[in-house]
Amino acid sequence: MIWQALTLQLGYNAALVALGSAALGIAAGAVGGFLYLRKRSLVSDAISHATLPGLALAFMVMVALGGEGRFLPGLMLGSALSAGIGLWLVGRMTARTRLPQDAAIGAILSTFFGAGIVLLTIVQTMQAGRQAGLEGFLLGSTAGMLRADALIIAAGGAAVLAAVLALRRPLLMVAFDEGYAQVNGIGVARMDAALMALVLAVTVVGLKIVGLILIVALLIIPAVAARFWSERALHVVMLSGLFGGLAGYGGAALSATAPALPTGPIVVLLGFALFAVSLLVAPSRGLLAAALRHRRLQSRVHLRQGLLALSRGEPVYEAMTRRMLRRAGLTRPDGQPTEAGRAETARIRLDEARWQALRRSDTLTDLSSRDDGLTLIDSVLTADQLAALDTTLAPRGAT
Amino acid sequence: MSMRLARPGTSDKAETSPLAVRGLTVSYGGDPVVFSVDMTVAPGQMTAIVGPNGAGKSTLLKACLGIVKPLAGRITAWGKPVARQSSRIAYVPQRTSIDWDFPVTVIDVVLMGMYRDLGLLRRVRPQHREAAMACLDRVGMRDFADRQIGQLSGGQQQRVFLARALAQQADLFLLDEPFAGVDAATESAIIAVLKALRDEGRTIVAVHHDLSTVEAYFDRVFLINRRRIAEGPVSTAFTTDTLHEAYGGRLSDGFTARRA
Repeated sequence: MIWQALTLQLGYNAALVALGSAALGIAAGAVGGFLYLRKRSLVSDAISHATLPGLALAFMVMVALGGEGRFLPGLMLGSALSAGIGLWLVGRMTARTRLPQDAAIGAILSTFFGAGIVLLTIVQTMQAGRQAGLEGFLLGSTAGMLRADALIIAAGGAAVLAAVLALRRPLLMVAFDEGYAQVNGIGVARMDAALMALVLAVTVVGLKIVGLILIVALLIIPAVAARFWSERALHVVMLSGLFGGLAGYGGAALSATAPALPTGPIVVLLGFALFAVSLLVAPSRGLLAAALRHRRLQSRVHLRQGLLALSRGEPVYEAMTRRMLRRAGLTRPDGQPTEAGRAETARIRLDEARWQALRRSDTLTDLSSRDDGLTLIDSVLTADQLAALDTTLAPRGAT
Repeated sequence: MSMRLARPGTSDKAETSPLAVRGLTVSYGGDPVVFSVDMTVAPGQMTAIVGPNGAGKSTLLKACLGIVKPLAGRITAWGKPVARQSSRIAYVPQRTSIDWDFPVTVIDVVLMGMYRDLGLLRRVRPQHREAAMACLDRVGMRDFADRQIGQLSGGQQQRVFLARALAQQADLFLLDEPFAGVDAATESAIIAVLKALRDEGRTIVAVHHDLSTVEAYFDRVFLINRRRIAEGPVSTAFTTDTLHEAYGGRLSDGFTARRA
């Protein structure tokens, strides 16, 4: 059943929903990537919660006008308007008062959400319009979704993605160095507004599938997961889009297997799974790689220090160093160097002598900053430089 | 009438100056940090903005660039509003204002200098990349093109930002403390590049805090301590008297004594 869901074999509608959800996920991931780089991730939380009053009001208005209360474009418009007002208020509060942005976000988020819940309760007591279903916008629900709705969501996702791609350069420059961007003629305030508009669009488009409480996860989790894999901003954004797409697609497909399963939480859990994998196994930034790197450095330091001590005829004090020397086959169980150990010791001694000569030389002394205790001098100097340096060692080497 | 007599020819100079400031006052919500400052940058010369800590040096520069919004004042570049001349102006920010963990490589940063050329949709072509590499070459950073910026030393980071400014092909370069926290090798590399730019006819303005190198590095000085203290060639504007006026007694035992 799960396999069938993932390979789009649960019928035309379910497949359409999964693809729409994937488009939404890709757009959310890419927008979220820039949001993360701009360090504004939390704003998305205010935007999403601020959609609720508009959603409920739009429902009431449409019912009052004698229409279908759950008409998705109408609900999206209402949500966008109230989220826009919330966003505008956060901006005003931050600019006009000394409140930090997180405080303004907290105030707006909870107030709007509270108002939305009150309105939602009123909607539920209304006779007109089949009320059941509006709560689905809280946690997302793809059960019984209309074909037209899925198409709207897919098209919305594609439009947002196209806008992000077109604006990628100025968005990146503002995120990296806003002063420089400003001097280059990029309106920082305008670019931030554009980014917020994109976040708003993602939120509104994603209401039906992921729900307004959890859409934040689709904006933040793919981005932070992607950051583990790359040191280049546009790669982070693309990867974030990919992760978002996978989570959106998988979430919608899996929730199609059980009609009672809300879609949002599954999307979030899939996103988290991608994050957890990234956290663990990503090269260079991942936890495993970091631990491995630490171990390797530790062993190099211990071996070098141990060999240094041996070369001076001093005892090796640390048990860990003794163990590592023995395991590397450099010392015998009694602590005396083996054949290989003696060769290594001689090599280290020469290296130390060469570094010392380099510090005293007239021409090469600038390179002494490269001496971190572990770097072999052969890797820093050319063969010619090394030969020249060795002539200054000659008197001692000859004896 | 008396105003006009007091500043003969001011407006003419402002028409041609790469950067002219008139009556600039800036505040961050409290007392003004820069008060009623006039400045006229001389074309094709290197000017140091000098003054004690908190004197408004960086603020003056940021206001000139439009990064900080002034309470009052008019700023023109070649006689037009700065915003309309931004393609001719390159800016090198203070190193501390950057997030060094940001995922960009050295070449990415330099390519940002070509934003005006690339715009929104134009693709980065080999010739852009080569031009960026040439800029890195000029500051001695070619070998570091693919490093993430956080992996560089302070001096190397500063050179990369100079390379980004070079990529802009600007006529006016504004630098905020380019020598703060960099090693001697970087300092001499940067000053060599700046002098070469000046000799090509470009204008350099730098916030500078090391009084001992002002005479060796710069042609002109703008001394500021919230107000303009002195402005002109180093020989006339950078004297014991003007320094005393800008720094007060804080400098009397050290630097000014050595100069006297």
